[in-house]
Amino acid sequence: MSEHVVDTGRRKMLTVSASVVGAVGAAVALVPFVSTMSPSARALASGAPVEVDISKLEPGQKIQVEWRRKPVWIVRRSDEMVSLLSSTEERVRDPNSDELSQQPEFARNQARSLKPEVVVLVGICTHLGCSPTFRPELAPADLGPDWVGGFYCPCHGSSFDMAGRVYKNVPANKNLEVPPYKYISDNLIVVGELEEGAA
Amino acid sequence: MKNIVKLICVAALVSSSSSWAAGGGGPLFTMHVDVHHQKSLQRGAKTFVNYCLSCHSASFSRYNRVAADLGISEQNMRENMIFTGRKFGDTMTVALTVDQGKEWFGAPPPDLSVKARARGANWIYSYLKSFYVDESAIRGVNNLQFPGTSMPHVLWEYQGLQKLAAKDDHHGDMEKEDSHGGGHGDSHASPFEIAVPGTLTPKEYDAMLVDLVNFLVYLGEPAQLKRQGIGVGVLFFLAALGVLAYFMKRDYWKDIH
Amino acid sequence: MTNKVGGIIGWVDSRLPVIEFWEAHLSKYYAPKNFNFWYFFGSLALLILVLQIVTGIFLTMHYKPDAELAFASVEYIMRDVNWGWLVRYMHSTGASAFFVVIYLHMLRGLMYGSFKEPRELIWLFGMMIYLCLMAEAFMGYLLPWGQMSYWGAQVIVNLFGTIPVIGDDLALWIRGDFVVSDATLNRFFALHVIAVPIVLLGLVVAHIAALHTVGSNNPDGVEIKKNKGADGIPLDGIPFHPYYTVKDIVGIVVFLFIFALVVFFAPEMGGYFLEHANFEPANPLATPEHIAPVWYFTPFYTVLRAIPNPFWGVMAMGAAVVVLFFLPWIDKNVVKSIRYRSTLYKVNLFVFLVSFVWLGYYGVQAVTPMASQMALRLSELYFLFFAVLAIYSTQRSVGYYIMWFIVFVGLITIYDVYRNNPEIAELTWKTWIIPVAYLFVTLIGAAFTNLDQDKPVPVRVTS
Repeated sequence: MSEHVVDTGRRKMLTVSASVVGAVGAAVALVPFVSTMSPSARALASGAPVEVDISKLEPGQKIQVEWRRKPVWIVRRSDEMVSLLSSTEERVRDPNSDELSQQPEFARNQARSLKPEVVVLVGICTHLGCSPTFRPELAPADLGPDWVGGFYCPCHGSSFDMAGRVYKNVPANKNLEVPPYKYISDNLIVVGELEEGAA
Repeated sequence: MKNIVKLICVAALVSSSSSWAAGGGGPLFTMHVDVHHQKSLQRGAKTFVNYCLSCHSASFSRYNRVAADLGISEQNMRENMIFTGRKFGDTMTVALTVDQGKEWFGAPPPDLSVKARARGANWIYSYLKSFYVDESAIRGVNNLQFPGTSMPHVLWEYQGLQKLAAKDDHHGDMEKEDSHGGGHGDSHASPFEIAVPGTLTPKEYDAMLVDLVNFLVYLGEPAQLKRQGIGVGVLFFLAALGVLAYFMKRDYWKDIH
Repeated sequence: MTNKVGGIIGWVDSRLPVIEFWEAHLSKYYAPKNFNFWYFFGSLALLILVLQIVTGIFLTMHYKPDAELAFASVEYIMRDVNWGWLVRYMHSTGASAFFVVIYLHMLRGLMYGSFKEPRELIWLFGMMIYLCLMAEAFMGYLLPWGQMSYWGAQVIVNLFGTIPVIGDDLALWIRGDFVVSDATLNRFFALHVIAVPIVLLGLVVAHIAALHTVGSNNPDGVEIKKNKGADGIPLDGIPFHPYYTVKDIVGIVVFLFIFALVVFFAPEMGGYFLEHANFEPANPLATPEHIAPVWYFTPFYTVLRAIPNPFWGVMAMGAAVVVLFFLPWIDKNVVKSIRYRSTLYKVNLFVFLVSFVWLGYYGVQAVTPMASQMALRLSELYFLFFAVLAIYSTQRSVGYYIMWFIVFVGLITIYDVYRNNPEIAELTWKTWIIPVAYLFVTLIGAAFTNLDQDKPVPVRVTS
């Protein structure tokens, strides 16, 4: 096109720097678009912590509340149920709650709860997301003589003990999730929020 | 390029004054809107939840968003500003149903979320200043800015009650037939005179309204608090990119010229 | 394409002609080297198209096309959706920006004769794009379901009702209800997000394909393909890439700067980009005091209002758009660029532009007797532009000019007598002078002066 000498170094430098700055700008511009797809303020508000009054919950009973549109179970275990947890120790896959994603730190105990008698669980099977049924009875006909009470998922037969610990040799391989929760009084639980300072 | 920017700015200025002009017959009082005055917004929010939110909803707006934007703590918000047993993350709705609103006021009180964007700050400010005693009205008060309004003068304790000033400086309290359209804003003489003084002086009452309208303007578009700040960043970035792009273009075009 | 490329590109290229495509449209597409400021708007229009599609997709994820939910869902986007306000403002500002850019792009075509042989098809595709954009903008404006959305749609759809015989049924069919309603909203949504964009994209491809077949025009209106070097490359041509890509990038950044100014600092643009009344939810029982269409429709809206008879008003409005399609056959002058056109043509084009902008101004104003007089006069000027253009785009005899001068003045006067009534008589006859003066200058001027003389066109581009 023309005869004069092109300073290719300068041209390259300008092209590269303009491209880099432009690419950075484009990447930053992506952020708002991507974040529109994250939960909105409405979704977050409806996923806000839920207060539950458990004063009327009898031993052996379960209530279900909704937190983040998921079923959350609160079971007041009878003394017998609590003591039976030792008997399943050998039959469950993760007795000591080593899988850290499945519960807050405070629930890494045998009962997987703050208070031994009250257990709070997200009622969704860790296999493929069905909601298991609550089967507190001992040795029912359909579940066999070894059943000491727990949760049974009808979809693919996964079973969990009264602390939501998954049995060995079932499709699910993780314990039921314990959501973050705290007591604000003896009978008032807040699901979705941890005690200040607790992890 | 510069001319185009100028043109756009001029267009924006000219139009912002003209397109809101439609309204009632009363004088349009003007106020200075400042949504970055956080204390003013907080005071306005307080007035809003106490006096407006019992009938008017702001159903697109959430308590927690207002708290975060206005620097109000969650505890303060829960204790002093949420009266209806609503949750912190809920929208500012009212218990009043549309049917009740129709029955009690003739028309359901409108949602105030975007009212300031629809009417403009000055209109709302003037409206709240323009209630006057009118025996012929159902509620005993009428409004010069919005004649025949079905809203009672909720803030009358503060403002007091005003009546239309007699037109030609008569002292008597005689009720003159009100001739609407007594001047359009530019007449500095107020068309009102105080009949029953309120607990606030007119100046204090105006300040209270400014805070309230400020809050309503904020409510119309919460994003405006941070929008301009982000805009400045974007403009700086584009300016830098523009300089680079210009030099790149000039370098390539040395081949041609 | 003798040199084989290896690697992934080579693998793909032997199956899909990507390199050929790249060369045909960018690196070996030779564009005239003298493009000026006015040549930015094509690439800018493409940029805005992409911007509208992308922001539109993200808005669609949150918007609800339901009369009960639409208004609230827009406010939901503005408040609850992360960055939703930005995406929405980009989309609403983008709509107006699209028309700014398209109008400037069309003006460029007018100034430099880009619609003339051999580029008639490019112009026709461009006009179809413009029509699609109007449909797209109109239907998109209903979606926020505010008062202006609602009543604007009501008024525009009722325009179809003025068509004799089938009008009422047609309007009913378009709405799917007796008034604008949920059914209307739902179908406008479907058309706005799917149907029209697909047509639009197809037309854009056709527009560009036709352009790249015949080559770009330029400010001198010289065909660069007529002067090729020994290598077959136009002497005045330069490869689009990199020269015009780097240049367009500068234009794009400048545009984005202005765009960001509006989005971040004046998204309502004082009520012109987002009308105040549209922040009131649609209410089928109460019309706002003052209905004005969004600014980009206002010139045509004024033409509509200039004629009291609804049917003829609609026809005039339609004609104001349709007449643009015929421009390549109206202006038969072989000189393309305004640089070498006669003084009279420049005057004519200038008056046309002023009329168009002024018509737009009246479209947002309330109707007064003066305004409706001026609306008619400006509409007359708008149409006379094309008539005058057709007459003197080739050399005519003195008698021919005088004859048409008398015909046009006669027609205008007859219409004035027909529509006149005592109340507006003074205004009517005072403003009568406007079209007559215009015709006098353009036609009698052409007959008796040499102001209609074109200048010689150079063989090569000048800069």
